[in-house]
Amino acid sequence: MERVAIIGASMTKFGQREEWVQELLAEAGLECLEDAGVDAETVEHLYVSNMASGEFEGQTGVMNGLAHDIGAIPAYTQRIDQTSSSGGAGIYAAWQSVASGASEMTLLVGGEKMTHRTTGEATDVIASLTHPVEYKTGVTLPSFAGMTARHYLERFDAPRESLAKVASKNHKNGVDNPHAQFQKEVDVDTVLGSPIVADPLRLYDFCPITDGSAALMLCPESVAQEYTDEYVVISGIDGATDTHVVHEREDPTVMGGVVESGEGAYEMSGRDPDDIDVAELHDMFTILEFLQMEGLGFAEQGEAWELVEEGYTERDTGELPVNTSGGLKSKGHPLGASGVAQGVEIYEQLMGEAGDRQVDAEVGLCCNVGGFGNCVITTIMEAGQ
Amino acid sequence: MTMEATRYDDGTISYPGHPRSRNGAEPVETIDLSEHTAEVVTWTTSTATPPGVREPNHLAIVEFDVGEVAETSEGDAVDDGEDVETSVRALVQLVDDEAETGDEVEPVYTEELRELGAGIREPDSQGWDGYRFEPV
Repeated sequence: MERVAIIGASMTKFGQREEWVQELLAEAGLECLEDAGVDAETVEHLYVSNMASGEFEGQTGVMNGLAHDIGAIPAYTQRIDQTSSSGGAGIYAAWQSVASGASEMTLLVGGEKMTHRTTGEATDVIASLTHPVEYKTGVTLPSFAGMTARHYLERFDAPRESLAKVASKNHKNGVDNPHAQFQKEVDVDTVLGSPIVADPLRLYDFCPITDGSAALMLCPESVAQEYTDEYVVISGIDGATDTHVVHEREDPTVMGGVVESGEGAYEMSGRDPDDIDVAELHDMFTILEFLQMEGLGFAEQGEAWELVEEGYTERDTGELPVNTSGGLKSKGHPLGASGVAQGVEIYEQLMGEAGDRQVDAEVGLCCNVGGFGNCVITTIMEAGQ
Repeated sequence: MTMEATRYDDGTISYPGHPRSRNGAEPVETIDLSEHTAEVVTWTTSTATPPGVREPNHLAIVEFDVGEVAETSEGDAVDDGEDVETSVRALVQLVDDEAETGDEVEPVYTEELRELGAGIREPDSQGWDGYRFEPV
């Protein structure tokens, strides 16, 4: 099987945008075509990662709309919804389309428009992914994070400050990302002094509500070499699910989808955790960075907080820089775009195009989490030239 | 009103019940959790709640010990050794913020856990009554 390459990437400014979802998708899609040097009519498959444009905006059919808007007709189109991991699922679908031989040029665009809704409304749209017995309790995704964080801190005797350090680190990284929603440093005291949202987690333990879009261009490696000498390959990718009902998991601090998808991606790539030079993890809530570091084998269970305390995940001085983009925490979390934007960051790091965020990296990983670990995609990328 | 967990042919229990267990086994009986007390595994108080949900909203994952031995669909005792479960967890609302991790709590019936029709979900698609829990 020929390796699948990425030859172009783009993302819009994340944050509160005036444009609606169709315009955001077109903005990232057109920029990605330009970045890759690919004509729209060359695109054979077009995937749109999007969780809830119908619920947020009343706009469905976004994949067909995008093909028309960017001149990609008659490309095959499909919308990919896997809740918050729609972006990662889009990478998987786009990879499959190329790896199977069905497409020689696949454009993936992820996007979401959310900020026109109140926080309560947006929270409810996201919480609609829960089981009926969960939904009727009024549970939100942040509430799951609060309960899990309490359990983690009590069980592993971890200090509350360690979670705040995740937020502070990612905000610091986001300062150097011109596409980030918040280019602003936030210190640990500010995190610990912010309002409680889901005890013991506070406002700055959570990602914001965001508008934005991101895109990647995928093709067979042999086709990539017709366009460029420098590209990135997807060397490993896998997806997995965990229970729909969160409390049915045997261990609240283990996300089975992270473990399973990570093992699959490592096996496919022939890599292991020690080979990873940079990682983008789904820090929708600070506690998730700990759970993914442990689930992906970067730390033993209950010990990720110690690595954060030691500076292991710092961008400029750590052994494994985590969330160099600023993460969802600082960059923002436009649901369907987030997994694609993780891929954009790893692509730019491996291509040496990350500017002030650049780290020394040849192998990168991104982990995109849907629901509260309900669906997960892990992708490993390497410099392909 | 009951709060039904399901025991399966493989000895596992879940709340809520599913057509098959996580191992693919068929249901053999239900267990009414509202007749049991439970222990708080972890909890939170949510201050940013969706439309129709009380604010603050006190939530917990609790664990019920339902120790009795069940029968399989063939009438045999479920005795698959370590696979036989005697506890089951549930996500519940707490009455207030008085419960802590490790506390024993008991159910109190409530007609409406959240205001039906206020959120995105179709009111007729599910039940809205249930139990809140408070320390014994």
